[in-house]
Amino acid sequence: MCLGVPGQVVEVMGTVALVDFCGVRRKVALDIVDEPVGPGDHVLVHVGFAIRRIAPEDLAETLAFFEAMTEAMPETTPGDDTEVPRS
Amino acid sequence: MSAPLQFRDVARGRALQARLDALMAGAGRPVTVMHVCGSHEQAIARFGLRARFPEGLAVQMGPGCPVCVTDAPQIDACIALAEQGARILTYGDMLRVPGQAGSLEDARAAGARVEVIYAATQAVDIARAAGEPVVFFATGFETTAVATASILLGPDVPPNLFVLSAHKWVPAAMEVVARDPETGIEGYLAAGHAATITGYGLFQPFVERHRRPVVVAGFEPLDILSGLVRLVEHVLAGEAKVTNAFPRCVSREGNQRALEVLFRVFALGDGDWRGIAHVPEGELRLRPELAAHDAEVHFAAALGAAGPRLAPGADAADCRCGAIMTGRAQPTDCALFGARCRPESPVGACMISTEGVCRIWHEHGVGPRAVVGSARA
Repeated sequence: MCLGVPGQVVEVMGTVALVDFCGVRRKVALDIVDEPVGPGDHVLVHVGFAIRRIAPEDLAETLAFFEAMTEAMPETTPGDDTEVPRS
Repeated sequence: MSAPLQFRDVARGRALQARLDALMAGAGRPVTVMHVCGSHEQAIARFGLRARFPEGLAVQMGPGCPVCVTDAPQIDACIALAEQGARILTYGDMLRVPGQAGSLEDARAAGARVEVIYAATQAVDIARAAGEPVVFFATGFETTAVATASILLGPDVPPNLFVLSAHKWVPAAMEVVARDPETGIEGYLAAGHAATITGYGLFQPFVERHRRPVVVAGFEPLDILSGLVRLVEHVLAGEAKVTNAFPRCVSREGNQRALEVLFRVFALGDGDWRGIAHVPEGELRLRPELAAHDAEVHFAAALGAAGPRLAPGADAADCRCGAIMTGRAQPTDCALFGARCRPESPVGACMISTEGVCRIWHEHGVGPRAVVGSARA
């Protein structure tokens, strides 16, 4: 039930989108998604509702985080909320 | 390389594991952290991450399964409505959860109408086509609750649609764990999908209050490993801070549109979580403005006749779900695990749902050696 699944928007029909999940297509409500979506966009879907448009630039930030975490004790890394000087 | 493979890249995974090993080798002491999401435990089990966790790193699953923590009297209330002729809709995991006298599956076998839905919008469609009262037994954390909220704010909500809310607010349970002096949790891996709604800024007051770091992580193997690296770094450096390790979905402020919908429909209230006890502000209750669709209001007389509430945590005497969900024990510490308590005949809350830690460990054959992370040769 608590399962978030990413999918790709095929078509937008008002407040509903047809979304492709690796070949399975489902109608998904757009009532609570955080920003407008269009065909080709990736969205995170939860119990039939899109809850987030996954922007390509955010994807790049995630990959940069993986990169940073394999380095030994980086001074600053993406994702840090508060900057606390290391002692 | 396609996006899903980027998140499961084996070489990158090994590099992250090596980094985690090096951190723990340099730590010179055990570290205990907790995640609060059944999907995290499923990914840890499915990708075999637990067996490869370094020596001394304990990764506990906290109260991260909303099905498991749905209290027996709430199941009883739903069964009472089913037996009085209401048509019940719920998510599949809820069917087998035992109340004080049987489950919704048992009620269905005895003739009650209980149906499984996969999207909240189905409840509206079914109610619209039906003449009789339709009760949506709605469970889940904030990610799922926002879908329930959205259908109740939609145009032309069918007057025969009622919501019986067992929705829960997961930050409240983290608070209970953090305040328990016996748990010894040094850092938290927060659930990325719930944080997609709430934003990672939500954890800043928690971090300041308890001086424990929180890392928000996604659900692919590299998400979890990189999140754990960051979390262990924070723990060892004594840094009480929030890191967002899931930036492709989570922002500081979250999904404001969804939060607005959520809190127009629900308000936080106190309640009992199965196996854990009383959780202040852990329930998402329908606001009085939504009374026309609140099953607890509409069926108040029927529910009042359903009987007194059990004391919280009144499960089987030997069951250790409460200790497990608050980080004081692992499933393999429980004498019932895999013996009297099994997926086909669960005793405790954590064996019931596919998102419960006992169920996940049982299905993936996780044994005690993996707990201390020393399973590799």
